[in-house]
Amino acid sequence: MSDEAVLSARIAAIMREDRGRLVAALIRALGSFDMAEDALQDASERALVHWARNGIPARPDAWLLQVARRAAIDRIRKAQRHAAASPEVLRLMEEDEADRAMDAPEIPDERLRLIFTCCHPALEEKTRVALTLRTVGGLTTREIARAFLDSEPAMGQRLSRARAKISAAAIPFVVPERADWDQRLNSVLSVIYLIFNEGWTAGPGEEPIRTGLCDEAIWLARLMTGLASGEPEIEGLLALMLIAHARHAARFDPGGGMIPLEEQDRANWDAGLVDEGLALLDVAVARRLPGPFQLQAAIGALHVQAERPEATDWAQILLLYDRLLALAPSPIVALNRAVAMAETGALERARREMAALAGALAGYQPFHAATAELARRAGDAEVARAAYAEAIRLSQSESERAWLQARADDLADSRRM
Amino acid sequence: MQYLALIYAEDGAGPQYDTPEFGAMMQGYANANKAFQAAGVMRGGEALQHTSTATSLRIRDGKTETMDGPFAETKERLGGFYLLDCKDLDQAIEMASLIPSAQFGTIELRPVMEINLPE
Repeated sequence: MSDEAVLSARIAAIMREDRGRLVAALIRALGSFDMAEDALQDASERALVHWARNGIPARPDAWLLQVARRAAIDRIRKAQRHAAASPEVLRLMEEDEADRAMDAPEIPDERLRLIFTCCHPALEEKTRVALTLRTVGGLTTREIARAFLDSEPAMGQRLSRARAKISAAAIPFVVPERADWDQRLNSVLSVIYLIFNEGWTAGPGEEPIRTGLCDEAIWLARLMTGLASGEPEIEGLLALMLIAHARHAARFDPGGGMIPLEEQDRANWDAGLVDEGLALLDVAVARRLPGPFQLQAAIGALHVQAERPEATDWAQILLLYDRLLALAPSPIVALNRAVAMAETGALERARREMAALAGALAGYQPFHAATAELARRAGDAEVARAAYAEAIRLSQSESERAWLQARADDLADSRRM
Repeated sequence: MQYLALIYAEDGAGPQYDTPEFGAMMQGYANANKAFQAAGVMRGGEALQHTSTATSLRIRDGKTETMDGPFAETKERLGGFYLLDCKDLDQAIEMASLIPSAQFGTIELRPVMEINLPE
């Protein structure tokens, strides 16, 4: 690598690590997402020039913040002739003075405000996801575009429209008040879980950045536990993702084929992640404020705690689904509950409850896959065949299609026998 | 920041005139007005007559053309508005959620653009 390439890799790494803190500090001072992003962009470009000449400073983050502040002052002055007295410029200059007086300036961590702003319900869900990854996670626009199978210009446009809306509509840069806290926290946690699920559904043949989304989501949830401690739903979400992610290596065979949970080699599960997830779930549950993420984590825990698939405590899982359905009713929860019910032995009742969801879940691939599985068990080959076909049609992943096809073929074989 | 709260609802949605529910809705509007005044955000607001009374106009080739009816024929019709001066979007959402028509229609919040016109 050339010196310049080494340096830009180093700057990229620093930006990746410190971006959220720096952007948050700048937004706080500037009152504008757009201007903060532009200023930080200016600073990272200048870093490339200055650091090549003088080496990397002792505190690259403080250097970047200082240069970004001055770049922002320049931009404001250029834009408005009488900006010398503007409150933003005065504030930036004050902060600049204060930092210069210190050897190791403290960069206040405003990332909690930042996350809540990025996940504001006035933004479209996909935009919340993209903005969080870009601003808090420090992924590049290109990486996010790849991760969500979108074009880079389209993703860039989405991000700049979002930043413009935050400014124009005055979406506040604040941590929500107690009255709104639960709902707004849930919006943040949903965004993080969406990021995780996007990574989870990516097959082994896909771009590493897609599977990397699982790590990204776990990183964000860890950050949240640090920024807002004592929130059992944050801990629940983190536990849920750790327990799921522990099974990552066991989910695909060497050829990239999908291995369902009950056929996975449990020795391939990451015991460290499982233990961390279980311990975290204990901490969350001890707070006695149950919530949907804690319940889902508890269900995941029962799956990984079983030594063999047959030893899974389905009766307990069904109870947890009952509670989840009461707390956060949705057709998808009802579907999973029906699957658990079938496992407890109530196959026909489970099939009836599942059939009642056909309208709501017509376009949801797992519904058809589960319908097919239960029909197979009930010996209803006709229904099973049609449902497998529909599941294959709706599947987004090559390895999943292959697995479903094998199940459907197996059905045809057993009929011949 | 000023926000225009545009109140949209389908014809026939919401309570019928001369029913107790209609009375409750009007009371709800009176309450909303009082809450906006008390919060110091009220800059104005009116109910509009039905879109069948609307006239649209445009000037083409220097000639004023008028049309009977609203600019866009949609199922949800603009039935009224408030102009609210709020500290941020969160406060605007909190205020707009007091508008009774939000129960059966939709309130669109649009930030007002600040422009400087030439003298």
